[in-house]
Amino acid sequence: MKDLAFDEGAGSIISIMKLDTTGLESFPSLIAPQCDVVGELSAAPSFDLPNSNDFDGFLKEAIQMVKPAKGTTTLAFIFKEGVMVAADSRASMGGYISSQSVKKIIEINPYMLGTMAGGAADCQFWHRNLGIKCRLHELANKRRISVTGASKLLANILYSYRGMGLSVGTMIAGWDETGPGLYYVDSEGGRLKGTRFSVGSGSPYAYGVLDSGYRYDLSIEEAAELARRAIYHATFRDGASGGVASVYYVGPNGWKKLSGDDVGELHYHYYPVTPSTVEQEMVEATGA
Amino acid sequence: MTKQHANWSPYDNNGGSCVAIAGADYCVIAADTRMSTGYNILTRDYSKISQLADKSVMASSGFQADVKALQKVLSARHLIYQHQHNKQMSCPAMAQLLSNTLYYKRFFPYYAFNVLGGLDSEGKGCVFTYDAVGSYERVGYSSQGSGSTLIMPFLDNQLKSPSPLLLPAKDAVTPLSEAEAVDLVKTVFASATERDIYTGDKVEIVILNASGIRREYMDLRKD
Repeated sequence: MKDLAFDEGAGSIISIMKLDTTGLESFPSLIAPQCDVVGELSAAPSFDLPNSNDFDGFLKEAIQMVKPAKGTTTLAFIFKEGVMVAADSRASMGGYISSQSVKKIIEINPYMLGTMAGGAADCQFWHRNLGIKCRLHELANKRRISVTGASKLLANILYSYRGMGLSVGTMIAGWDETGPGLYYVDSEGGRLKGTRFSVGSGSPYAYGVLDSGYRYDLSIEEAAELARRAIYHATFRDGASGGVASVYYVGPNGWKKLSGDDVGELHYHYYPVTPSTVEQEMVEATGA
Repeated sequence: MTKQHANWSPYDNNGGSCVAIAGADYCVIAADTRMSTGYNILTRDYSKISQLADKSVMASSGFQADVKALQKVLSARHLIYQHQHNKQMSCPAMAQLLSNTLYYKRFFPYYAFNVLGGLDSEGKGCVFTYDAVGSYERVGYSSQGSGSTLIMPFLDNQLKSPSPLLLPAKDAVTPLSEAEAVDLVKTVFASATERDIYTGDKVEIVILNASGIRREYMDLRKD
């Protein structure tokens, strides 16, 4: 049985065979006793297979689903004094670094920040659109929009484009009447309220540093240093993250940029080069 | 009967490279003039550069039919702006317009890789670099197109400016003089032509400064 499939990348036609899976099925004997452990172990293992016409295509999609996407590292957390937001600044197109100076922390309005992970154009456009909507809300209602409201606006828009290929993994951080607020919103339509998030391919590394150093009662300087370190360690281990580690603080008076440090320089700041003792020093040869 | 799938693509890549460099009071925008399709050269004398406003010049590589359509949309929008506001669009405003125009076709993109160069409202040079769907960034220099992976590392080496994200901020404009920048662009294209088959024939260089706009051409290898 042959199925023709359209390979969107190259525009070519590939043909695939439907797999003959009879060999993978195993039929436990109905006659032998149920507690035949040795028999069970020696029988061929059986695999659950999807009821799909296009097994190869299904496999490809499954791999894509678990593939780490969104080459970046962003993080945000709530603590006693407010919200700390930090991000790297590298943009990659496949293996090519297209920019080392991308602004991944987007200023939606003077008291709300959004982080960028995923498609740069998607994040830039929709965050700007969110800023416009927030301003219109202010004008219509004579009061600032809450972080809950703003994140819901964005989540609803992204949900309506679900399945169309937008790639957005953002955190909305701000300070409103109820105090500090932090939401994670993504292009699958997900929206989560939380106190600690990290998004992107470098997020596992950032979580490691962030989670182990986090306390609710950090001071602003300590929280900034924790955020900076978490981004630095993520850029150290993740190839898709790098550039400049930016740290922003959101407090009752709005956001303020605290620092922007080149991660290459941060490395030598955290791990200075100690001159090692020289055992045998080479000297210039004098003449013949 | 097995289903036949389409093997026609609405896109084509006409190749070419574009570069822009921002200076303290000038901006240099350059692009080669070769237009190709596959291994064939369609013409050696095609301009990829378009002046959108007084102080905004755009160079685009990629699919030239989409580029032409994009240029037309932008100049029409600029004309409307002039009627409504009685003034020319500034370069940062044009940059935002280009970004939005590209994003509106997010689900059927313009296959155009753009660099926008010009002078901002203070007269300082500015360069904006784009991807195909409109994400953009103000930078000190940029290159796009088939030769960009060859050109960018060289520009990084010669012009690497402190990132605008650093705090305390450092100026991102290149310290080169106008003549040095033009010379650098000529060198860059000569090198890119050696190793990129889609770049060559001629380079068109547009220089924008306080006294106006100036054009220069330099011959490149035609092979």
